[in-house]
Amino acid sequence: MNIHEYQAKEILRAQGVPIPPGEVATTPEQAEAIAKKFGTTVVVKAQVHAGGRGKAGGVKLARTPAEARDIAGKILGMQIKGLTVLRVLVTPAEEIASEAYVGVILDRASKAPVFMVSPAGGIDIEEVAAKTPEKIRRLRVDTRYGLQTYQAMELGFFLYADLKQARAAASIMQKLYAAFMASGASLAEINPLVVTPKGEVVALDAKMVIDDNELDRRPAIAALRDESAEAPSEVEARNASLTFIKLDGNVGCVVNGAGLAMATMDLVKYYGGDPANFLDIGGSSNPDKVVAALRIITADQNVKAILFNIFGGITRTDDVANGIVTATRANPLKVPIVIRLTGTNEDIAVKILKENGFSASADMDEAVKQAVALAKGGKAA
Amino acid sequence: MSIFADNSTTVIVQGITGRDGSFHTRQMIEYGTRVVGGVTPGKGGQKFENTVPIFNTMRDAVAATGANTSVIYVPPMYAADAIMEAADAGIKFIVAITEGVPVLDMTRVAPFVHEKGARLLGANCPGIISPGQSKVGIIPGRICTPGNVGVVSRSGTLTYEVVYQLTRAGLGQSTCVGIGGDPINGTNFIDCLAAFEKDPNTSAVAMMGEIGGTDEQQAADFVKHHMTKPVVGFIAGQTAPPGRRMGHAGAIISGSAGTAAEKIAAFEAAGIGVARRPVDFVDLIRARLK
Repeated sequence: MNIHEYQAKEILRAQGVPIPPGEVATTPEQAEAIAKKFGTTVVVKAQVHAGGRGKAGGVKLARTPAEARDIAGKILGMQIKGLTVLRVLVTPAEEIASEAYVGVILDRASKAPVFMVSPAGGIDIEEVAAKTPEKIRRLRVDTRYGLQTYQAMELGFFLYADLKQARAAASIMQKLYAAFMASGASLAEINPLVVTPKGEVVALDAKMVIDDNELDRRPAIAALRDESAEAPSEVEARNASLTFIKLDGNVGCVVNGAGLAMATMDLVKYYGGDPANFLDIGGSSNPDKVVAALRIITADQNVKAILFNIFGGITRTDDVANGIVTATRANPLKVPIVIRLTGTNEDIAVKILKENGFSASADMDEAVKQAVALAKGGKAA
Repeated sequence: MSIFADNSTTVIVQGITGRDGSFHTRQMIEYGTRVVGGVTPGKGGQKFENTVPIFNTMRDAVAATGANTSVIYVPPMYAADAIMEAADAGIKFIVAITEGVPVLDMTRVAPFVHEKGARLLGANCPGIISPGQSKVGIIPGRICTPGNVGVVSRSGTLTYEVVYQLTRAGLGQSTCVGIGGDPINGTNFIDCLAAFEKDPNTSAVAMMGEIGGTDEQQAADFVKHHMTKPVVGFIAGQTAPPGRRMGHAGAIISGSAGTAAEKIAAFEAAGIGVARRPVDFVDLIRARLK
């Protein structure tokens, strides 16, 4: 789960990370009032779940409250990578002597959280890694012991030669680690971590991603979810316990299991078609999930044919068949449907489908070819 | 022969009275797996369907049955504890089916299991089946048939698809292993490839990977330097859009973005046959068995 910059900053502030004040506005007038309260030059920052906000024009300096209002008026409602900006963070502008990068991420290869720090902060860290890898230092943390002070100091001295600043950075990293563990994060980064002209070390931007598997045991973190910042179809899918990602093609896919879903999309492409989505109905399915899946897929005007590919293991194929019948009875389909199912209770499923005027095949390649042909306006093979 | 599970496998089911646990216990027994006990705290002393003894703890279950394997169906928030309990009780092969285990839990579990000298498969995996011998987990038994193809995969239903196509074509399997799709898991491709290389009854290996991470590239490197048996591979997600993974730092730490193209190139460089479609496994494996 992604959370906004202002939410990540609140979490880090609560751990004691030094972060300049800031408030969220949803209207230009609110932005003006906040800027007036700070009484100094402010930065107005779009709050969306997308990187590259600055490059997209979503981060701007405002010297006066009136300017803050005008800028907020432009940023609010702006589209960044397909997402509409509904909130801006207004925060006093800081003078910057130097910028660094500090991040911690759950790394699959290390089977542990790994710190990554660089004195070359403020820009795309991927670029730093590619061009000047010597400017990045990594440190694996054993979660059974946590980040030790000496480890944090090693990282601190990699960033700053000055003892006071190295200590300040080390302390920030220990707090960042505490926030990472306490939130069930998979990523937490401060970029940039800056030194002010007075020599203070402060965090100017923060990003956190939460492991979805943590949300059940962390209701306070789960409550940070901002559904208005996500695509409506993806929200509906999640509420129905489906995994859905919208794509640009015209073959709507309903599959059980992520690997088979990806393989089905690949096969659609292989036979010359274009998948309209990734949709995984998951393991133990019930007919309601299938009804929700069909509602989401048919809401996409681009979809010209629907393809079901179900391999029943835990998933009972008769549940899927019942879902198809229920959904299409309530809302008759306007586009053709191709159903491939095999596995658990296949005989019952095929019978249910036949009695309701559907046909089903047991062969994945045949089904995909048919769906691709139908999406192109051709006849089924 | 086979890998990790065979006729000598004796299984304790952790979470035997739950919805999934009880259903799949029945399926495993039906398949012929030697299920010797189950654990559900508070139900110790009872019997599952009048046959399988239930214990309160893994320590009790292992002491009474001498089981060497466990399979876990407990809810995600209790899975880490269940895995550690099994390892501490002396279980040597732990299969965690549970989906949705917090990744941070696995950062503590993985080293613990390793230090106890146990092997963990999963979590979030379909388990393992050595056709005709033993099935530990949820892979449907009837799509498998005994033979000499080893199967290893990160995905559940895609594994079924490939196994089903192999079986339809008359290509039986020595063992089918689902290692699971979670970022941190107990057993990886290389562990399985090494075991298949040593297993006298495995003549070729089918390997199904996915986009993300670098496990497949490392597996390809292993095949190139340490395997004499032929391997055929597939990568799911060749058409998946980028940017649906963790942030930039993940890609950098793993040293790559983990795209399908990159993984397929690694396969080709290692002499691994590349299946473009699941059905291609049949011809590619058949050609290599001749």
